[in-house]
Amino acid sequence: MLSRAANNLYWMSRHIERAENTARMLDVTYRMSLLPYRTPDQAWAEHWALPLVITGLASDYYARFSGALTSERVLRFMALDAANSSSIYSCVQSARESARTMRGVITTEMYEDINDWWLEMRNRIDESLFTRGISEFFDWVKMRSHQFRGVTFGTMLRDEAYQFIRLGTFMERADNTARILDVKYHTLLPSVAEVGGSVDYYQWGALLRSVSAFDSYRKIYRDTITPMRVAELLILRDDMPRSLHACTREIYAILSALSDAGSREPERLAGELNAMLRYGRIEHVFTAGLHEYLMDILARLSALNEEINRHFLVPVYTQSQVAPAAAGR
Amino acid sequence: MRRPAFYNEMYAEDGAVYPHYAAYAEWLKATTVEHLLQKQREADALYTRLGITFAVYGDESGVERAIPFDIIPRIIQPGAWKKIHAGACQRLRALNAFLKDIYHGQDILRAGVIPADQVLGNQLYRPEMREFEVPGDIYVHVAGVDIVRTGENEFHVLEDNLRTPSGVSYMLENRRMMMRLFPELFSRMSVAPVDHYADCLLDNLHAVAPGGAGSPTVAVLTPGPYNSAYFEHAFLALQMGVELVEGQDLFVADNTVFMRTTRGPQRVDVIYRRVDDDFLDPLAFRPDSMLGVPGLFAAYRAGRVTLANAIGTGVADDKATYAFVPDMIRFYLGEEPILRNVPTWQLRKPDDCRYVLDHLPELVVKEVQGSGGYGMLVGPAASREEIDAFRTRIRARPDNYIAQPTLALSTCPTFSGGGVTARHVDLRPYVLTGKSVSLVPGGLTRVALREGSLIVNSSQGGGTKDTWVLEEQC
Repeated sequence: MLSRAANNLYWMSRHIERAENTARMLDVTYRMSLLPYRTPDQAWAEHWALPLVITGLASDYYARFSGALTSERVLRFMALDAANSSSIYSCVQSARESARTMRGVITTEMYEDINDWWLEMRNRIDESLFTRGISEFFDWVKMRSHQFRGVTFGTMLRDEAYQFIRLGTFMERADNTARILDVKYHTLLPSVAEVGGSVDYYQWGALLRSVSAFDSYRKIYRDTITPMRVAELLILRDDMPRSLHACTREIYAILSALSDAGSREPERLAGELNAMLRYGRIEHVFTAGLHEYLMDILARLSALNEEINRHFLVPVYTQSQVAPAAAGR
Repeated sequence: MRRPAFYNEMYAEDGAVYPHYAAYAEWLKATTVEHLLQKQREADALYTRLGITFAVYGDESGVERAIPFDIIPRIIQPGAWKKIHAGACQRLRALNAFLKDIYHGQDILRAGVIPADQVLGNQLYRPEMREFEVPGDIYVHVAGVDIVRTGENEFHVLEDNLRTPSGVSYMLENRRMMMRLFPELFSRMSVAPVDHYADCLLDNLHAVAPGGAGSPTVAVLTPGPYNSAYFEHAFLALQMGVELVEGQDLFVADNTVFMRTTRGPQRVDVIYRRVDDDFLDPLAFRPDSMLGVPGLFAAYRAGRVTLANAIGTGVADDKATYAFVPDMIRFYLGEEPILRNVPTWQLRKPDDCRYVLDHLPELVVKEVQGSGGYGMLVGPAASREEIDAFRTRIRARPDNYIAQPTLALSTCPTFSGGGVTARHVDLRPYVLTGKSVSLVPGGLTRVALREGSLIVNSSQGGGTKDTWVLEEQC
């Protein structure tokens, strides 16, 4: 398929996943902010700073707003701000625009679903959003994302276009999960010494909820929450759909299906990354240092994204690639 | 009984229904207004849902607005269609010959049939196309010929559209819509199908591929989703089963055009381009164009890719050149024109200009290179102020205008405002040129929805109807 088309679909998908993850993360932050909280030593670990730190948007935020960090400002910035390209609003808008240009490629039901999402979102955003309770808005965003995924899974032909849509979802999910885990983990557990110790139930519960893993944790471990188990669940377990391993498994499968003689490198990088997670042991992760481990994962994901761009989405051709195609006639 | 001012497509002067409308009239008589209203609503809702729209330039909201579709078909007698068919084909044969001639021997200019500066001095004449052999000598692969009917056997060509004519997607969707809304009509009447348009076009495009291309790759080149006719570009690409590309999807290497795909570069042999000449190639034409492909024109001249329509056809659909088409038919084909031109005054000529300025309230004045009904004056419908303002514009640049008498466009029953009333219509059949010249039976009937209005362009509030040509009973 046309590279530009694949690029549009990949990013449509990434934007939707980003909107969903942002909604989830902000919702948890909001709920946690309603509980009593011990003020951290570092200013960056302040409740409402965390979403900004996780997404790397802190400097954008401070460029726009001087003065105190407030919940309302952060919520507006990350949920509703049209000038913030990663806000929920902007993500849904971008996804809808991409879908619009890809109307011949995605199914009618997919387009109608995302178009409805866009139109309804514009109706929902008004001043009453904050007084009504912004949690309701976040729940709605999550459900619309699930719905779109359902419509896609249920109606779309399993062709290259479908593969790029799925690829976008998993690349974004892996990236977001690694970031949330890294930042939240370290605000909750600044010292290695406390790794095996008792922890603040609510705080850890919040971390699990921010990636919809709370119920799964209870099912698997049936015991108190420990940091090491949380990390294992979210990094290594492949039965947990939002874990890093589950994401890399899908990414590797998709790239294997898509690859041909010219594009082995994306497949290779994905395979390497997946093997790390498939054969990893949580004890080794902590020996190396969780933060260092997650930074490495993020770097690999970034390199993989680059290769995907280079080979599929925004290719630049060399003379040797062009000559055989021209000579073919 | 007083002779009606306008020819009505369905009813004769004495109120009797014409034979070709008889079966439909019978059905209409037995159908309630409520039923028609319901069907009209269904059509409107479906069109909006499907998102078949035609963004209106100058509309601030940029909102997609469905083109109004009228559920009463415009039916054409077989005899009339034969004339339209033959006349449109004849025009295209002459126009293709004209284009070949002016880019080669220029015989028609040498013979003094057309003033040389009208052609060579024309903004749309492309000197870059001189002495270049296009495949099959075909310059205009797709044309839209605008025809009005002023009497039972009187047809006038209003203009030829030879660059990037649009509207065929509406023709095809209107037919589908009618079959969906009124299947019973199709079982009672034999309406000649139009579905094969895309197949025919694809065949013609394959036929002009650069020599030696075994299984040619065709692509539709669009300016993109913000172009008002984008829906049509996407629709045709889908119907033909070919890729829809924008300039940025293509690149030229070794004078060969390639598409950027997820499987590497893929060669393109024929491009059905819906981008204007000026924007096709920043290296050859407007350097600021973001819509084109650098090097495309060189690849075209090297014969490595075919463009449909060819570059440089605009000189032939210029409103001033239009006046010479009957002469072209005589000069190249040795035939008399089957369809008449509309008498046209060329305001660059002082006598014509004087006459027109004296008779503005009776005439229709158009910009020589205008389109879509913009920049024109409909004398009888204009206010004193509008006429005066236009007079000033004419005086400033007389050579920019032509004028024609107001034509008595035929009317057709239209379901407007909850009842069946007569509204003015025209017809745009589409002429495809390949190994032969052909038309699918029908075309796009455009209807002026406002009572008494003669302006049918969709961009100015007009609508469309399905057009039926009945297959003759053996």
